[in-house]
Amino acid sequence: MKLKDFVPIVQLCEHYKVEISFFNELDEMGLISMTTLQQNSYLHQDKIGDVEKMIRIHQELNINTEGIDAVFHLLQKIDRLQSELNKLHNRLGLYENDY
Amino acid sequence: MTYIDYYKVLGIDKKANDSDIKKAYRKMARKYHPDLNPGDKEAERKFKEINEANEVLSNPENRKKYDKYGKDWKHAEEFEKAQQQGQYHRGTGKRSSGQYSEEDFSDFFSSMFGGGFERSRGRDVKFRGQDFNAELQLELEDVYHTHKRTLTVNGKNIRLTIPAGVRNGQVIKIKGYGGEGINGGPKGDLHIKFSILNHSKFKRDKDNLYTTIDLDLYKALLGGEVVIDTFDGKVKLNVKPETKNLTQVKLKGKGFPVYKKEGQFGDLYITYRIKLPTNLTGKEKELFRELAKLRQI
Repeated sequence: MKLKDFVPIVQLCEHYKVEISFFNELDEMGLISMTTLQQNSYLHQDKIGDVEKMIRIHQELNINTEGIDAVFHLLQKIDRLQSELNKLHNRLGLYENDY
Repeated sequence: MTYIDYYKVLGIDKKANDSDIKKAYRKMARKYHPDLNPGDKEAERKFKEINEANEVLSNPENRKKYDKYGKDWKHAEEFEKAQQQGQYHRGTGKRSSGQYSEEDFSDFFSSMFGGGFERSRGRDVKFRGQDFNAELQLELEDVYHTHKRTLTVNGKNIRLTIPAGVRNGQVIKIKGYGGEGINGGPKGDLHIKFSILNHSKFKRDKDNLYTTIDLDLYKALLGGEVVIDTFDGKVKLNVKPETKNLTQVKLKGKGFPVYKKEGQFGDLYITYRIKLPTNLTGKEKELFRELAKLRQI
């Protein structure tokens, strides 16, 4: 584990103007996974994209953390369905214009 | 430039108060927010329009200006220009430094409020760069082999290795090829969606390929050899005697390469379509009659 790949939560709070309790709630819900090192909490930089999305949903749409949890589950479901649709679309090509 | 009715965009009355505007904006934003409608260009366009309407109507000064000139905004522009000429030296010349570029606003908006309009969202500081999305169209033959290609994304040339076996609709993420990060943050990613066109005689399902070939009656009955083209060159096939119409044979490992698994290939399925002879000569007809007699038909 390289510390340079992790961003301190306090820094994220400052950048995005959100309370630390917001990150704690996301962590409790399992939406993010914070790492504690020497009494400081960190987030892996690969997860920043997801966190940004959660912050946007929270700030721009006034959706609380329970709502974000539900939104993320539904988005994952859409993603799965989209990928399934794509597979089926590709398979359909087998039966089109056969003869 | 088309006149945009911001009240209509938010679905509110011209007499709507601040609370109505806020409520309407939130409702519309929930419906069309890009994070909730991934990949939906129409939702993205609508969301920009909603934001633009909110920027104008939620700001009393801008709303007043918009209400005053309304559909006659062209005259308003001339009027504003005349006013600005008198005040030019007092202007700050400050440009917007917010997250949204001027391209995110309609021409109508720019003509009404200018490019230097300050956004009030308070999300000035971004940590990670923006993700870029691109679509790449390739032919099926192109993705049979791993190859390099140069793409131009946002004016920058990116040399990319496209692995063999990439699938239609597949999205690959290229880390660090998105927008620049701010305040030392990491760059965003580049997401490339592959659109694989197929003009070949093969149909593809995952890593398997399917094709149909014509077989003459005599080879189908007596057996023989056929040569077929594959992406990997010509292949000679032995046709068994008394092969039935629509018989399918499998050529193991002659299909499409498996994505990111070097040396692994799917299978090639060949369906024989038996062609009956036409324009028979008298002699041929005679022989067929004899054959029929032998079979007592």
